[in-house]
Amino acid sequence: MAPPAKMGSIDRPGTEKFERSASVIAKKKKGKYSKDKKLNANLRKIDHQYKEALRSAAGTDLLLTEDVGFLEADSAMEKTFKFKQNDIEEVLDEQTVNKKFELNLPKLGPYQIDYSRNGRDLLLGGIKGHVASIDWRKGSMNCELFLNETVHAVKYLHNNQYFAVAQKKYTYIYDNQGTELHRLKQHVDSTLLDFLPYHFLLTTAGNTGFLKYHDVSTGQLVSELRTKLGPTQALKQNPWNAVMHLGHSNGTVSLWAPNMSTPLAKILSARGPITDLAIDREGKYMVVSGADKSMKVWDLRKLKELDHYYTPTPAKSLDISDTGLISVSWGPHITVWKDIFKSKQSEPYMNHLIPSSKVERAKFVPFEDILGVGHSKGFSSLVIPGAGEANYDALEINPYESVKQRQQGEVRSLMNKLSPDTISLDPNVIGTVDKRASSIRLKPGQITEISDMSEKDQDKLNKMEIRPDVSAKNSALRRHLRKKTQNVIDQRRLRIERNLKLEKELRVKKYRQDRGLPEEKDLLGPALARFK
Amino acid sequence: MKIKTISRSSDQYVPVRNTQESSLPRNLNPALHPFERAREYTKALTATKLERMFAQPFVGQLGDGHRDGVYCIAKNFNTTNQVASGSGDGIIKYWNMTSRDESVTFKAHYGMVTGLVVTPTQSRMLSCGDDKYIKLWSVNHEEFDHTFGEDEVYNNKNKGLVKTFLGEHAFKGIDHHHQDDVFVTGGLSIQLWDINRSKHISDLSWGADNINTVKFNKTETNIIASSGSDNSIVLYDIRTNTAIQKVVTSLRTNCLSWNPMEAFNFVSGSDDHNAYLWDMRNLNKSINVYKDHVAGIMDVDFSPTGEELVTGSYDKTIRIFRTREGHSRDIYHTKRMQRIFCVKYTTDARYILSGSDDTNIRIWRANSSERASIKSTRQRNKMEYDNALKERFKHMPEIKRISKHRHVPKVIKKAEEIKRIEINSLKKRQENDRKHSKQGSKPYVPERQKHIRGTAIKEDN
Repeated sequence: MAPPAKMGSIDRPGTEKFERSASVIAKKKKGKYSKDKKLNANLRKIDHQYKEALRSAAGTDLLLTEDVGFLEADSAMEKTFKFKQNDIEEVLDEQTVNKKFELNLPKLGPYQIDYSRNGRDLLLGGIKGHVASIDWRKGSMNCELFLNETVHAVKYLHNNQYFAVAQKKYTYIYDNQGTELHRLKQHVDSTLLDFLPYHFLLTTAGNTGFLKYHDVSTGQLVSELRTKLGPTQALKQNPWNAVMHLGHSNGTVSLWAPNMSTPLAKILSARGPITDLAIDREGKYMVVSGADKSMKVWDLRKLKELDHYYTPTPAKSLDISDTGLISVSWGPHITVWKDIFKSKQSEPYMNHLIPSSKVERAKFVPFEDILGVGHSKGFSSLVIPGAGEANYDALEINPYESVKQRQQGEVRSLMNKLSPDTISLDPNVIGTVDKRASSIRLKPGQITEISDMSEKDQDKLNKMEIRPDVSAKNSALRRHLRKKTQNVIDQRRLRIERNLKLEKELRVKKYRQDRGLPEEKDLLGPALARFK
Repeated sequence: MKIKTISRSSDQYVPVRNTQESSLPRNLNPALHPFERAREYTKALTATKLERMFAQPFVGQLGDGHRDGVYCIAKNFNTTNQVASGSGDGIIKYWNMTSRDESVTFKAHYGMVTGLVVTPTQSRMLSCGDDKYIKLWSVNHEEFDHTFGEDEVYNNKNKGLVKTFLGEHAFKGIDHHHQDDVFVTGGLSIQLWDINRSKHISDLSWGADNINTVKFNKTETNIIASSGSDNSIVLYDIRTNTAIQKVVTSLRTNCLSWNPMEAFNFVSGSDDHNAYLWDMRNLNKSINVYKDHVAGIMDVDFSPTGEELVTGSYDKTIRIFRTREGHSRDIYHTKRMQRIFCVKYTTDARYILSGSDDTNIRIWRANSSERASIKSTRQRNKMEYDNALKERFKHMPEIKRISKHRHVPKVIKKAEEIKRIEINSLKKRQENDRKHSKQGSKPYVPERQKHIRGTAIKEDN
């Protein structure tokens, strides 16, 4: 038997999936990270730990119990997009067939829909005021509300216990029983809702053109950002870095973080208004549809367009599943595309038609091969094989959680609530070294706090010397005093004032000398000058 | 058509009976775990806050303490819960730390008890004092009548006294060999004694001055270190019966402690407010300098792991240092605690004992936020995870601020400020001096050599 190898010395296939780009430490030559011996040893240790972690993580792939679904054609003649839902239903197992259902609600539609984070509950919001929260697998109703008011959008908060509804004027928060808990009076005229689960931020946008962040754990309005681009057409979060993507009527998509009053980026994507957008779970790709019937695929890392598709009529709703399937709803049709981020596709993966209706909102169910569709005549769910993440992580989001687990998870996630000001384009920037120059990195007050002056500052000081040859107006000393805060009197200021006075005296002296005027007699005389 | 959809059987994921654990499948794919870094940072911050919240270093005191200041504490290395202590009025006590009560008390000496040690073989107390006596005491109840009351202690009935050694001079320190029946005393001279003989067996003195502290190395058992009032630290080898080498420092060394894991390293606490780590193979420079105290260090002790050391100072505070770092990781103080003359780690490394002028022996946690209770595996895992996170994000400004924050008495804070100003002005003066003298004539002296006056190696006679 071979002797056991040193831990981490053998590579294991499949480690690439687990690699974190920020954690790789650049090795300099000859396997050294740094000249410093101690630092080098530390870095080597960290790097080794990282590799070992990758290896052991790759080893857990064997323990995954479920496989991803798929739909394949037998021959080149068959096309997957030709398969109807009825054809699929015949060959599927009973359990999956049971997940496919339709709700015929012709009166109060069209319906907005939302799924809770674990995909167990379905929230329906009919535009005429019908709101219902349903445990769709059991088929039991949590609550049903008739609000007699327009409902623009519905959104579950961190779990199925609370949901927000954007109504005619205000946004409201209801609990699982349908009790109205809060009226968010700051959120006027919002038509779009989203929720950042790790930051506990409810975000709203709408006709006012404002993007508002509301912390639902403390009840504080975190920030309101004026987009200056008119009514917002689309609002989606980037699940990877919690940046909000807003679609506007001039065809731009703007990216926002709560602590920036200006957008982080602006992307011009369509020649008309944006109708909807969607971002994949790793924050790498964005799909944007416009009223000009375009559907563009963007790479968010480079902010570059990857591909360009057309829809026969403007797409109303887009969604990207965990495995990267894209659902596009246009009119009564739903088209599902596959592998769209890998290469340009010539034909879709699946098609579906809901006759004599209009699709309002289509969403993939987390951890299931199901697409939920809210349309003008109610709700229907479709089977889309290969749409869901097969292996969930129970300590992150658990679709089979018990009440106890849900409660504990809620407490835990509140404990680990992220601060809103950590939101930035790169989520891994926290804990890294800020390599920007101190003049950019620090605020003006902090710079003066740093006592050790750099060479530049020293030069500046040297420039502030007594110069009787320049006019009073151009004196560096005077300019410095003018720029300094007026009411702070410190040693430096006193010194500068003294020098300024001396400078003035010398200037007067020089002036008189140049004119050939006799020198002013010293009133006190040289003997007493020392007591001056 | 080939088709497959996800269809999980709920039997597999939902527990059938309520006694059954629900299955918690994991998927370590990073795509399922967004905001990894930010969440870990938040966890580290919470863990740091909790650590400071639970930080309660003071446990209690041993019994009612002594009637005079406590000037020496000795560990029994065979147990984790027994210590001996000696005070200024000549009383020595043997303590049971579990019940926090004294098991025996003897009036051992006239005047101060200057040295105390528990012998390793029979667990007897060996004390020495200013009265030129060394006394060996039994701590087993069976061997003597222990029914006498507290007042009778002062009558010195000699109960429990096993043996008395009479010396030629007052003794200042004592330590016992790790295994053999040999002990060493310091005073006017440094003498080696056999416990079975009445006279000392050899005199190791090198130089004429008083020896204040003697310490046997517990690992390399034949090596002794001593510190004297001539500011010297001397090393001896009892196999050759001679001194080996000595280093003279700028100020007096009050205490010594050998590293129990690295046999060649020892730490010395000096009157110049600093403790120094030495490598006995090279005394030309110390390996590390432990700064933070604002008065002389009276006692120092290594943790049994050798990773940390505790110092007690004349500034009435106890500080804990990591061996490889130069500044303390924690400071302990109370309003009532006076000058500290002895500090010891307990042999299980979990607690610290301190004896001070105010006659009390206090028990402190070595790790102020840790609790002794038995922990479940989940609890332990959580603690390990939290510690790793704290370590990882320790340089983040907010975490650093919270973890370093300590409430320090006003006197100490003021003294720290004054000391800083003093040191800075000294440095500035030296720098000015250097600037205005011939280049190279005033070289920089490393901080680790500044306190060293000279070294000497004993030549064979």
